[in-house]
Amino acid sequence: MSQTENQLLPTGHARIDSLTMSGIVKRFPGVLAADEIDFDVRSGEIHALLGENGAGKSTLMKMLYGLYHPDEGEIRINDAPTIIKSPIDAIQHGIGMIHQHFMLVPSLTVAENIALGMKSSRGFQLDLDVVSQRVLELSDIYNLKVDPHLPIWQLAVGEQQRVEILRALYKGAALLILDEPTAVLTPQEVDGLFRILNQLAADGHGLVFISHKLHEVLEISHRVTVLRDGRRVNTIPTSQATRPKLAEMMVGRPVLLEYEKNPLQARDDRLALQDVSALSNRGTTGLDAVSLQLRGGEIVGIAGVSGNGQQELAQCITGLREVTAGSVTVDGSDVTNAPPAALHAIGLSYIPEERMIDGVIKEFSVAENYVLQDHGHPKYTTARIFMLFNKIRQACRRAIQQFEIKTPSTETLVKSLSGGNIQKLVLARELSRDPGVLIAAQPTRGVDIGATEYIHKQLLEERDKGTAILLISEDLDEIRALSDRIAVMYEGRIVGEVVNDNVDVEQLGLLMTGGV
Amino acid sequence: MNQAADTGLAARLNRLVDFAPVLIALLLALVVSSVLLVALNTDPLAAFGFMLEGAVGTENATAETLVKATPILFVGIGITIAFRGGMINIGGEGQMIAGALAGTTMALALGDARIPAEMAKTPGAFDLIIVTSALIAGFLAGALYGGLAGFLKAYFGVNEILSTIMLNQIAVQMMNFLLNGPLLDPAVAGFNNIPKTARLVTAAQLPRLSLPLGDPWIFARTRLHWGLVVAIVLAVVIYIFLWRTSLGYRIRAVGENERASSYAGINVKRQMMLSMFLAGGFAGLAGVVQVLGLQYRLQTDGSPAGFTAAAGFNGIVAALFGGLNPIGAIPASAFFGGLLVGAQKMQREIGVPASLITAVNGLIVVFVVSSEIFILQRSKRRVSLQETPTALGPTKATETGSDLPDSANEATAEEAS
Repeated sequence: MSQTENQLLPTGHARIDSLTMSGIVKRFPGVLAADEIDFDVRSGEIHALLGENGAGKSTLMKMLYGLYHPDEGEIRINDAPTIIKSPIDAIQHGIGMIHQHFMLVPSLTVAENIALGMKSSRGFQLDLDVVSQRVLELSDIYNLKVDPHLPIWQLAVGEQQRVEILRALYKGAALLILDEPTAVLTPQEVDGLFRILNQLAADGHGLVFISHKLHEVLEISHRVTVLRDGRRVNTIPTSQATRPKLAEMMVGRPVLLEYEKNPLQARDDRLALQDVSALSNRGTTGLDAVSLQLRGGEIVGIAGVSGNGQQELAQCITGLREVTAGSVTVDGSDVTNAPPAALHAIGLSYIPEERMIDGVIKEFSVAENYVLQDHGHPKYTTARIFMLFNKIRQACRRAIQQFEIKTPSTETLVKSLSGGNIQKLVLARELSRDPGVLIAAQPTRGVDIGATEYIHKQLLEERDKGTAILLISEDLDEIRALSDRIAVMYEGRIVGEVVNDNVDVEQLGLLMTGGV
Repeated sequence: MNQAADTGLAARLNRLVDFAPVLIALLLALVVSSVLLVALNTDPLAAFGFMLEGAVGTENATAETLVKATPILFVGIGITIAFRGGMINIGGEGQMIAGALAGTTMALALGDARIPAEMAKTPGAFDLIIVTSALIAGFLAGALYGGLAGFLKAYFGVNEILSTIMLNQIAVQMMNFLLNGPLLDPAVAGFNNIPKTARLVTAAQLPRLSLPLGDPWIFARTRLHWGLVVAIVLAVVIYIFLWRTSLGYRIRAVGENERASSYAGINVKRQMMLSMFLAGGFAGLAGVVQVLGLQYRLQTDGSPAGFTAAAGFNGIVAALFGGLNPIGAIPASAFFGGLLVGAQKMQREIGVPASLITAVNGLIVVFVVSSEIFILQRSKRRVSLQETPTALGPTKATETGSDLPDSANEATAEEAS
């Protein structure tokens, strides 16, 4: 093979043999977001970029993709110094990015989505047949299996991700940046993605794999770079990495990855659902005759791919969605379709899934958010009319200390806190209300390892106190680490329930996708 | 380095920068209106000079400015409550008319009534009852008129912007009908066709206001009346209501985030109706105070703003300009009162149409609203800066950037939903 042939990818585009970022500095007003970071990717390599929220991963990659420009430092592509001005520029240099949230138009077909924003070969006329042809070629080469004529909304999440990858390849990407690509996938889909990534690497692409899931990084990457506080901690070959080692590099201190769980001391039934049904937002069946018992002192995990009735389940229990059939009982009394305020009064707490929308009022201060339910409670008001802000601030300050919430003051607006701290605030508020039943929906989604560890410990402590906890999560690791029992939801039903003791992950994955 | 002092300074600077857009909006509005003035072959500086002179140049000018500001402030307080509760109330005009009609009817009815014997002994006692009853009637009528839009929104999902605009039209025509028929001043019936009610008896009038400074007292010979004091006191009351009571908390909570409010167990529908009820009530007060304090009769020329002089709309501008804070609405109303009065002087002196001020008002709204967006984006950017804050926890550098587009995405997702 000649030299030039050797440098071509199967797509026909040029290869990026090496990409080096050296001494990259990026300052934002008051903050050093990237502090002399060195990073490099080679052709045929999967390089994992690991770090907590705010460590600098995204900033670094956005500089590579032309969204930001480094204040200092140099980017070299195939040893030639390169300035990447914009994403269009990045694409022309062969750099593609797969965002965590897909940038696809649901009503358009695969081919139409790929053609979006590109010049047609026929001027004003669409050349979708040309695009489709090329899409078929590419999916053949990389074994991506995508029908160019299907509309996006008909595709499963894993398939949509393949469309994103195809689009990047179509535009000639030799180097692909994948931003937390597994966050939305089932275990089976993750396996599929990893096969694709391995093939891309084998064909000479360079891949940057951004993640905070340690076991995935260990499984898929060749090298790992860990960032913390805008600095590079180290770059090591994955073969020399272990989970505890990576976690410690990320957080800066040893982290508990497995929890010591006290033996189950289940008490009486606290929450019982009997054949509960409800409609989804679209008016279709959201919950289909779900029955579930929850005893004090146990954590029941609800596993499932998002959108299979988990949200409806939480809302039916917490009075935010109408139960159309069946009954909900808390501590023996029927609370079917009781208003949320009545449920709060009998000791039900809820950590909502979308905490930025449901859990807090972003324009309100930390103290105001701390009393979202209890703002009219006699202990915080005179005659239930005038709010006693001194008392509220006092209670809030205690919670800030106890839950290690990082905020300048109780008067700071919640919108200026980080996600992890907002979640700690919600947790602090819900636990301070001394719940008998706690519904925790995705309690650690988007939360960094340190805060996750903390939240998990709090949940386990609450369990040992005798609270009945329903843990709804898409993160199987979380479910397995905390739950006493695991129930799997699929299409609005509970399709399986097991005691959490050496559970077969593959089996759970199958249940989650409707196979038995 | 003292960290705490540092963040304190930063916070203060931030607040200053947040306030700046309102001033910038004002400045931009002045610049654009200068261009308009130049286009009209006028020297902008001279024009603005006459405006200033017309607004505050003399004792009487200042009083007229405050007289104009009074209904604007009442409406502005109400609009502040509505907007804080998430209700875009454009119905100030209609609610003002509803309040004026009810209040005037009440005042006329009680003015004709015979004073009960036991009250006749205490001078002023019955006057107080007439005025209070008229004010309450005006408040309630406006409140019900506004509350209607709130009810339609809460239970039938009717967009409150549309319903309040429509209700404005209905109120205008209702007033035209009543003032030409049932409420028409018997003294003029059949002679001319000016739609107006009979004049209120002195007992039903709000007293004139003057300050015990100098001789004669300041404002003693002007039209300034006690309505201004009522409005200012109520502005303070509503400030306390919104930020210090649990009911105010609920209204603001619903205004900021309906979903989190229902999660918190707040009855969202009830708060929607309540905030519109209160907003309408304050517009109603604007209407009745205008009659009781200034005109002593309800009259119109039949045009939409014939009675209100567009105070129902100017109140919206004042509320926005006052930062949706009832205390802020006080200087904002005075400012717009001054604009309106000053514009007349400008027209008299150099022949520039006073309606130019309507354009200036519009420009200020456009600029204030777009500066709101500017503030929004700034605060988004600030989110990332304060990622890992200070006083209570250890400091660390932060990945500012990652949060920028993310929070922007969130915002769009919110808007979409």
